[in-house]
Amino acid sequence: MASTAGTAPVTTAPASDDSSRRRGLTGYVLLVPGVVWLALFFVIPFYSLVATSLYDPGGSVFSGYEMSYQFSNYWHAIQDYWEPLLRSLWYAGLATLICLVLGYVLAYAIAFKAGRWKNLMLVLVIAPFFTSFLVRTLSWKLILADGGLIVNSLQAVHLLGPDGRLLATPFAVICGIVYNFLPFMVLPLFASIDKIDHRLIEASSDLYANPFVGFWKVTWPLSLPGVVSGTLLTFIPAAGDYINAQLLGSPNQRMVGNVIQNLFTQANDYPAAGALSMILMILIVAMVLFYVRRAGTEELL
Amino acid sequence: MSSSADVAQERRAPARASFDGLRLENLTKSFGAFTAVDDLDLDVPRGSFFALLGPSGCGKTTTLRMVAGLETPTSGGITLAGQDITYAKPYKRPVNTVFQNYALFPHLDIYENVAFGLKRRKAGNVDAQVKEMLSLVELDSQTRKRPAQLSGGQQQRVALARALINKPEVLLLDEPLGALDLKLRRNMQIELKRIQTEVGLTFIHVTHDQEEAMTMADTVAVMNAGVIEQMGAPEELYENPRTTFVANFLGQSNLIEGTIKGRSGDLVTVDMHGIDVSVPAARSHADGDKGWIGIRPEKVLIGDPGEQLDAPGNSVPGGVVSDVSFVGVSTQYLVRMPWGQELQVFAQNTGHRRIYRSGEQVDLSWRPDYAFLLDASQDARAGAQEGTD
Amino acid sequence: MRWLRDHLVLILGILILLYTFVPIFVVVLMSFNDPSSKLIYRFDGFTLHNWLNPCEPEGMCHALGTSIQISLLATIGSTILGTLMAFALVRHDFLGRSSMNLLIFLPMATPEIVMGSSLLALFVAAGFAGQLGFWTILIAHVMFCLSFVVVTVRARLAGMDDNLEQAAMDLYATPRQTFWRITFPLVFPGILGAALLSFSLSFDDFIVTNLNAGNTTTFPMYVWGVAQRGIPMQVNVIGTLMFMVSVLIVVGSEVNSRRRTAKLATR
Repeated sequence: MASTAGTAPVTTAPASDDSSRRRGLTGYVLLVPGVVWLALFFVIPFYSLVATSLYDPGGSVFSGYEMSYQFSNYWHAIQDYWEPLLRSLWYAGLATLICLVLGYVLAYAIAFKAGRWKNLMLVLVIAPFFTSFLVRTLSWKLILADGGLIVNSLQAVHLLGPDGRLLATPFAVICGIVYNFLPFMVLPLFASIDKIDHRLIEASSDLYANPFVGFWKVTWPLSLPGVVSGTLLTFIPAAGDYINAQLLGSPNQRMVGNVIQNLFTQANDYPAAGALSMILMILIVAMVLFYVRRAGTEELL
Repeated sequence: MSSSADVAQERRAPARASFDGLRLENLTKSFGAFTAVDDLDLDVPRGSFFALLGPSGCGKTTTLRMVAGLETPTSGGITLAGQDITYAKPYKRPVNTVFQNYALFPHLDIYENVAFGLKRRKAGNVDAQVKEMLSLVELDSQTRKRPAQLSGGQQQRVALARALINKPEVLLLDEPLGALDLKLRRNMQIELKRIQTEVGLTFIHVTHDQEEAMTMADTVAVMNAGVIEQMGAPEELYENPRTTFVANFLGQSNLIEGTIKGRSGDLVTVDMHGIDVSVPAARSHADGDKGWIGIRPEKVLIGDPGEQLDAPGNSVPGGVVSDVSFVGVSTQYLVRMPWGQELQVFAQNTGHRRIYRSGEQVDLSWRPDYAFLLDASQDARAGAQEGTD
Repeated sequence: MRWLRDHLVLILGILILLYTFVPIFVVVLMSFNDPSSKLIYRFDGFTLHNWLNPCEPEGMCHALGTSIQISLLATIGSTILGTLMAFALVRHDFLGRSSMNLLIFLPMATPEIVMGSSLLALFVAAGFAGQLGFWTILIAHVMFCLSFVVVTVRARLAGMDDNLEQAAMDLYATPRQTFWRITFPLVFPGILGAALLSFSLSFDDFIVTNLNAGNTTTFPMYVWGVAQRGIPMQVNVIGTLMFMVSVLIVVGSEVNSRRRTAKLATR
């Protein structure tokens, strides 16, 4: 295998390029149903969202909206909701960081230390997440409840004041987010770390790198693709999530998702909700692009 | 393209009927700007074991894939027993392939893999034929295993059985032994040769291993950069190469610059750095007045200065041994000649001659009948690297 | 001490893994809970009542049925569309390949709340505000499952040796036979994986569904609703069942592949 690897492309590369990808209509025919679906229900909705965000806020769902290119909707949305917006990014960022630490340890343990239990551990990472997201989050509510085991023990060792609580605090919300999005971090990290040739790490220790230097100079850079895709897969849904904030937090932990959902379903203020969605999307895209560029892994996208 | 192909077909129509083997005519295959196979003409007689030998990227696999129907020629034609199969679908031509990585179907067991072709053609008596074929390749006890459960050599035999059972007009083997280790490879070479003699089918064997090609095939075609450099029986190719590429790719050759002084009868006299040497006219492939004098290292004799070596003919004095490697059956010398070139000399360790040491003065000599003369316009190093890897 | 240092990472990993199971223990435990009051969510006593009367809470089993229906249909729809797209992407040449990759990547990178609200914006703009329900949920679910199917099947297809199909053609199989006897059986595990993923994504979705559901209630929406009022313990019964079924599926396939490797080892 290794001996042919260097020479094989000379003969096979042009050959496979030409023959394995067939030209002609069939390709388009296969694509059309899916593309139409995505166009109708992903791309066009996005345009409607842009349009909605520019409607005249004077209208309502029942009387209809006027398109008046109200860019001020954006300004008002930021003015009214900058707090949950920033909080979302802050919570999501912090949760992503914690997920990265926990996920890295777990992925590293599975890839390098689990031996023949590798597959089993991998299955165990995913298994809990087949239970309903909401049911799992609700059980966190019970675990962190006032008078529950954890709160009582923390109060006993005076880490928590007698009136202190965990539920309805930022701690609970971030804890929930970390818990719910951990597999999104672990799986890409595992895929990256598992690919690292163990001999490289041995080579680094052979070349006088202590385990920490070896980790920073060899393992970490090689796992970077997994780090980038893991953090993106965690951060993006976490920033838009409102289930954890709603079930484990209080109105003081309201995230932008709560606001958007309320504006749509309760307040029926579509223009403001649309503008806020757009702002969230723009912020995320901007942060992701900046981040991916900094990490030097553009090819991931 | 179609009109020119039609004209070409008409032109070769009469010749086609008389040949019952595989014939490639003006076969060309380009991938964009890259021409993999360039205007290739080739006749493979029925029942022969034919080797297509060349370095990676020379176009041999592309040629094979065109014969199999897995690649469509850019131009030219392929006929098999008088039938034009140039554009026939792969599943409609009586040609089967043993793929380089075997391409066994991982989800089917050995029996089903071997029976696959028969079942597609709705052949009768599948069970008996499969059993017979599996015993031919000595795998009768493994019929219900999956390919992944077999060793490399066993997989190779399944691939062979799977193709052979269809009794194709031509069996194509694409580097079929490349993935096996050396010892297994030797065994399989003998095995393949035995099976070919037994079933009497036409085998076309693509390989970059010159030793493998020479051991197995009765005809070898050496291919380079999309064209056939030379074709013939293995001994003929080795003893009388026509190009520097063949001289270097098949074994090793000393190629020495020379100026042709005259041709008289069946001898060509060449001035080699001031020494007159002669080459038989039948072994001279140079047109101009310059040429490469070629001699195989094992054909060169080595002796003390002034010593009468037993070969009458071309005697070259004034060498200095610059390197000696003792390899057991022979001793391999590098000898620096007065004109600065280092020549290779392989001396058999028969015990009759002493072994020279580095720095000793020696004379070299070879019989004129062993030398060959190649055209000076060619690169003397062509094919040298590829041949040795 | 030295043992501890060597196994530190593994121990930490196992602890993190245990942490992910804590809520599952609670769910299983609470499924046997005999609550003293609907409003206080804590373990008061053991009972089999919840398991014996799973459909007691009003509307729960109906919501569950709706969820199963939607998930099944969304799985079928997205698996078919996504598999076709994956084949086109791997096997066929077409114009606009890079924009196609972007179109498939974007739905996975868009926060659900944005995806859900833009769909809602479309449905409202198109005058379907009154018809939100089963079908709009289904449309949404097929949409967001599609990309995941494409990515999963594409990976499987791209990893497949295309020599196998050529070998089949070489052995007298027509293109149709090659597809059904070689390509499809080999890609099938990928398609199955994609379908399972679709089902769980669809079954579990709340954010997109909630925005586009109208008066229809799915199981996650039911849980959301009762979370504000008081949670019937039967929710935990369903949670436990979901966990058990998925573990059975995963363990089953794992045992299967172990058996295969064991066979390999003893050849």
